[in-house]
Amino acid sequence: MSVMRHRWISILLFAIVLMGASPAFAVQPDEILPDPALETRARTLSRELRCMVCQNQSIDDSDAPLARDLRLLVRERLKAGDSDTQVLDFLTVRYGQFVLLRPRFGWDTALLWLAPAGVLLIGAGALVVLLRRRRRMPDSTGPEPSKLTAAESGRLAELLGKSGRSTAKSP
Amino acid sequence: MIAEIGHYALVLALGLALIQSVVPMAGARLRDDTLMGVAGPTALAQFAFVAVSFAALTACYVGSDFSVTNVFENSHSTMPLIYKFTSVWGNHEGSMLLWVLILSLFGALVAAFGTNLPATLKANVLAVQSWIAAAFYLFILMTSNPFLRLPQTPFEGRDLNPILQDLGLAIHPPLLYLGYVGFSISFSFAIAALVEGRIDAAWARWVRPWTLAAWMCLTLGIAMGSYWAYYELGWGGFWFWDPVENASLMPWLAGTALLHSAVVMEKRNALKVWTILLAILTFSLSLIGTFLVRSGVLTSVHTFASDPTRGVFILMILVLFIGGALALYAWRAPALKQGGLFAPISREGALIFNNLFLTAACATVFVGTLYPLALEALTGENISVGAPFFNLTFGPLFVPLLLVVPIGPLMPWKRGDLLGVAQRLIGAAAFALIVIAATFAAIGGGPVLAPFGIGLAAFVMAGAVTDFIERTGLLRVPFAVALTRARGLPRSAFGTMLAHSGLGLSALGIVCASTWGVEQIVSLKPNASVSLRSYDLTFDGMVTRQGPNYSETIAKFTVRQDGIVIGTMEPAKRTFPARQSSTTEAALLTRGASQLYLSLGDPNDDGSITVRLYHKPLVLLIWLGAVVMFLGGGLSLSDRRLRIGAPKPAARPALQPAE
Repeated sequence: MSVMRHRWISILLFAIVLMGASPAFAVQPDEILPDPALETRARTLSRELRCMVCQNQSIDDSDAPLARDLRLLVRERLKAGDSDTQVLDFLTVRYGQFVLLRPRFGWDTALLWLAPAGVLLIGAGALVVLLRRRRRMPDSTGPEPSKLTAAESGRLAELLGKSGRSTAKSP
Repeated sequence: MIAEIGHYALVLALGLALIQSVVPMAGARLRDDTLMGVAGPTALAQFAFVAVSFAALTACYVGSDFSVTNVFENSHSTMPLIYKFTSVWGNHEGSMLLWVLILSLFGALVAAFGTNLPATLKANVLAVQSWIAAAFYLFILMTSNPFLRLPQTPFEGRDLNPILQDLGLAIHPPLLYLGYVGFSISFSFAIAALVEGRIDAAWARWVRPWTLAAWMCLTLGIAMGSYWAYYELGWGGFWFWDPVENASLMPWLAGTALLHSAVVMEKRNALKVWTILLAILTFSLSLIGTFLVRSGVLTSVHTFASDPTRGVFILMILVLFIGGALALYAWRAPALKQGGLFAPISREGALIFNNLFLTAACATVFVGTLYPLALEALTGENISVGAPFFNLTFGPLFVPLLLVVPIGPLMPWKRGDLLGVAQRLIGAAAFALIVIAATFAAIGGGPVLAPFGIGLAAFVMAGAVTDFIERTGLLRVPFAVALTRARGLPRSAFGTMLAHSGLGLSALGIVCASTWGVEQIVSLKPNASVSLRSYDLTFDGMVTRQGPNYSETIAKFTVRQDGIVIGTMEPAKRTFPARQSSTTEAALLTRGASQLYLSLGDPNDDGSITVRLYHKPLVLLIWLGAVVMFLGGGLSLSDRRLRIGAPKPAARPALQPAE
């Protein structure tokens, strides 16, 4: 098993206490590119790429050897003049969709990408329909006739009496 | 012997839970006071027995009884006493015991303080609560018994996972569970209402304090977990959109929606059917969270071994409770009548807007978390859904939500006037615009969206202030009058203002820390310096120290700002021989609400050491905001209690002489 760091959430994953925590960190000084613009692009890209042997970590966060290899690979491609998309394409061809932390839109991910807007639209649509229906049928929206037991009626009378007194006292 | 007592107490608690899950409900059906009366004492006794069980496990840990498998696997005799206590729940079995302890605690609280509840509702609520409890007692006894013994007593334990040997473990899981499990009360109330087929505004009034208390704990629990991750993991992140984090965020989003829809129900007798559904969904999401974390399903793609029977058992609990609850809902909810008409532009409308966007945000997290699992199960295809996806989808859903936060409290019930509210918010909006302009001027280029994020946060906070000014008439009426009005305001009004401004604070912290945080990764030799922003850090050298159950290598740094020493930072690496693993201890230097963050990497062959230095502007606001939200909830809760309890007419006249 490759070395990986815990996240606080995996603190909850007590079951996996066997995981070894290693304190080394992700980006090492020797990886950093001399060109700041290129380095910034590399860091941004790194956050989009998954360390495939880790638990939901990007290669920017992970200190696994594979993550380091991928970070170096990303920087190599950038130095060779690849655009950001070309780098991502290159890695996707090599490792599959799994490497992308933001999956590309396609048939298999359509539901995923459309879910947020979909839920919002369906919710809003349902609301409009409900509000219209209620306005058309005002009769059905009257106060609910509830049956009270004798004890409850008594308690209600008592409460009403009490609150009456208290309102009488207030200004 | 102690372990056996704990085991036996848990079995007794299960027996009590089985009685409590049937008898009171039958009593409520037959209107038999004696049968209904069973619920109270059994709920209290159940809590007592689980407490005994929990105390027994704690005693095993504190006494380092390594003949108990659970203690052997997660403790060590040299561990500091505090961690012997906390390691009780620093493992699967013990944390499930904490789960049921809190579950039975809430049952006992309802039994003890629910004196003003109608007898049938109380009986039904406690019965439903006991169904959940019985299921989880069974789960522990059958698949995760913490009291099992080893055939031979080992000489020494295997130690607690070093990363858990932190004060965070004392605070974070109990708070998180108080939140998770606290929502079981809302769930039980919802099921009880469906069983009775009767629900009214009073129901919302009874259920709100419990929801609020659970929400407060969950808010603080998530925030504390986030802060723990921030300082413990050594790379300065505070939220990773990890599935297990999402598991706690989903009930929070649904619970926040529930809090707001319950207000509508209490005040206007509307949104009843929806509120019931939300109450069911919120606890269902807590259960799903428990399932995701406990079953190991999320990690199945990887090489971790986990016991599949546990996953299957929790899945069965999940299907039974969520499926059963939703079926009952589908059957009984149509019979619940809607009440309280309102126009779309009104307080109700604003709260529905809140619910719509919170639900959509919650659904986004839900789909994003479970989509890879579902896709893999259906097609065998592996995809990843990580932080970039959530940032892109969750963010846009939260922006409109934050925009409406100041509008809601200013809207009148039933029918509002958007223009009027806009006029009252003009000050807050102007303030936000000034903040945006000032931010643009100050940064002079750079990220375009961030100043708008800051403006939005400023708008939310200014909105809370506007709410206060509007309610008290401050600036319009003499100060003394405004002061009197402020005194007369219910505490829940202040609670709302506080909680909303806490939200603004958190938003401000998130925007600032993630946009303008800078980092520096360098290798340093002793006496060399590293600079970041206006800070200069000098590496003074390494020292080693021996802790109780670890050895520690500390790098000493002197921090200067403009040449003046402002402090020292001592990041460290700890090695725990028992588990042959190590942790990094990041050093933090707080300046106002901003922090310098320094963590150590590996020492290099040439005697230098790699360090990672961050400056995180206003990062503390993220968690401070959550604390403010918690306090707002608490203020509101203290008001609730006054109104929920026996009528106290004396409270009002008592204020009069103060005028």
